[in-house]
Amino acid sequence: MSLNDKLFVLFAGICGLLAVASVIGFALSRRVASESGRATVDNLNARIRAWWVMVAIFAVSFGLGRGVTVVLFALTSFYTLREFVSLTPTRAADHLPLVAAFYVLLPLQYWLIWIDWYALFTILIPVYGFLLLPSLAALKGDPEQFLLRVSRIQWGLMLTVYCISHAPALLTLDVPGRPREGFLLLFFLITVAQFSDVMQYVFGKLFGRTKVAPVVSPSKTVEGLLGGGLSAVAAGAALWWITPFTPLEAAAMALAIVAMGFLGGLALSAVKRSMGVKDWGTMISGHGGVLDRMDSLSFAAPVFFHLTRYFFT
Amino acid sequence: MIDIVLIALTRFLVGGQAHWIASAPEMRQRIYFANHASHLDALLIWSALPRRLRASTHPIAAADYWGAGKVRRHIALNVLNAVLIDRSTQGPPGAALAPLRGVLAEGESLILFPEGTRGSERLPGPFKSGIYWLSQEFPDVELIPTYLDNPSRAFPKGTFLPVPISCTVRFGAPIALQTGEEKDNFLERARATVAALASDPVE
Repeated sequence: MSLNDKLFVLFAGICGLLAVASVIGFALSRRVASESGRATVDNLNARIRAWWVMVAIFAVSFGLGRGVTVVLFALTSFYTLREFVSLTPTRAADHLPLVAAFYVLLPLQYWLIWIDWYALFTILIPVYGFLLLPSLAALKGDPEQFLLRVSRIQWGLMLTVYCISHAPALLTLDVPGRPREGFLLLFFLITVAQFSDVMQYVFGKLFGRTKVAPVVSPSKTVEGLLGGGLSAVAAGAALWWITPFTPLEAAAMALAIVAMGFLGGLALSAVKRSMGVKDWGTMISGHGGVLDRMDSLSFAAPVFFHLTRYFFT
Repeated sequence: MIDIVLIALTRFLVGGQAHWIASAPEMRQRIYFANHASHLDALLIWSALPRRLRASTHPIAAADYWGAGKVRRHIALNVLNAVLIDRSTQGPPGAALAPLRGVLAEGESLILFPEGTRGSERLPGPFKSGIYWLSQEFPDVELIPTYLDNPSRAFPKGTFLPVPISCTVRFGAPIALQTGEEKDNFLERARATVAALASDPVE
């Protein structure tokens, strides 16, 4: 099967899954009676509708090639960084570091990925961003909570630009004997991470009793984590044929993605709690902000990228 | 065409979602009065209004900023339908209001920043008396308190480039000048209605 044939089959499979979900959502909306049940089902259907849109966006950008996909992720970083900074109490003196973050570091990071300059894109934000941001902030001469302010911007950049950019960076990997198959690795990463989120939500709603971290993230349960995590590992193993991995390796990779995704969701819930909000934004109806959908992916992407690069290229 | 580009750019950079908290986007003659924190403010309110209201609503903009330079002036006058006022006008009190009276007399709406200058605080500072004189002269015009959340962070005073930070535009319940109400009482009451919108939970 050629690359395009594989992608076609994969997206057709996702559409099939979504169609089943839409039918179930419709059936539930006809049957539900209670007030709280109604709210849950409405939210579920809003989520499913948003999934259709997100899958369509990814299918189109994959079809249009590497450039469009890199731009799509650059926009994702832009919106998630905007959500992060909007909820972070910045001061007027942070203006210059923010200008550098949005208009210099973000485009530069994605440009480096586009031209495949690995040695620089892995250190741009952790090293040069780290040195640049406090320098610019200090020029403004406002020492009030200086370390805290600089750290917040650095943290936001690491999460929303550096980490997320490792997903499209998969397109630069050269697996021997498998040219241009980075799209399949990216598909694998996104599908496993998002499927894990969806199945954790489903198992949590159906069987969730024992809370994992009641204070930080009340919606995460042990039952959800196990059921959702195992389903995602199984799905990852079943997708081995699109990857350079054996079925067992694919399961191990999926496990790494699921574990990092869970930790990402947990850590970012803690950040949201500390800011006193439930969602990062309102852009994706039913889901919240873009960062609410990207939290697990942002933690999983760098780890999956490094594991694949180290063991398979 | 330019208006669509301008609105798209505003949405992309700073969002500017409209929250009609206690009034609705109706086709009536109104003065939207808001806190003033950045040069984005007029653009934010203007793009938060539905298209049909936008055409008959005129932001009041400072001539020294929006009138400077060909591009800015063109955008202010021909796209935003702004009324440029010269803040350095000397003369009898209320003289600077003449162009505003003209707009209201024609039945059109205004966007007004009664603080007169940009502040950097979350809550608005003391109001200038213009809004009092206008509401006395045009008692049928609805006064809509409007709060802009975040533009002071997105585009602080003294900077050249806005950064992407989400702003919201909140519209509160209309107020009116009561019979016999003292000027200072009214101005403080108007200021308080804008300030009250600042702590409204965003939902």
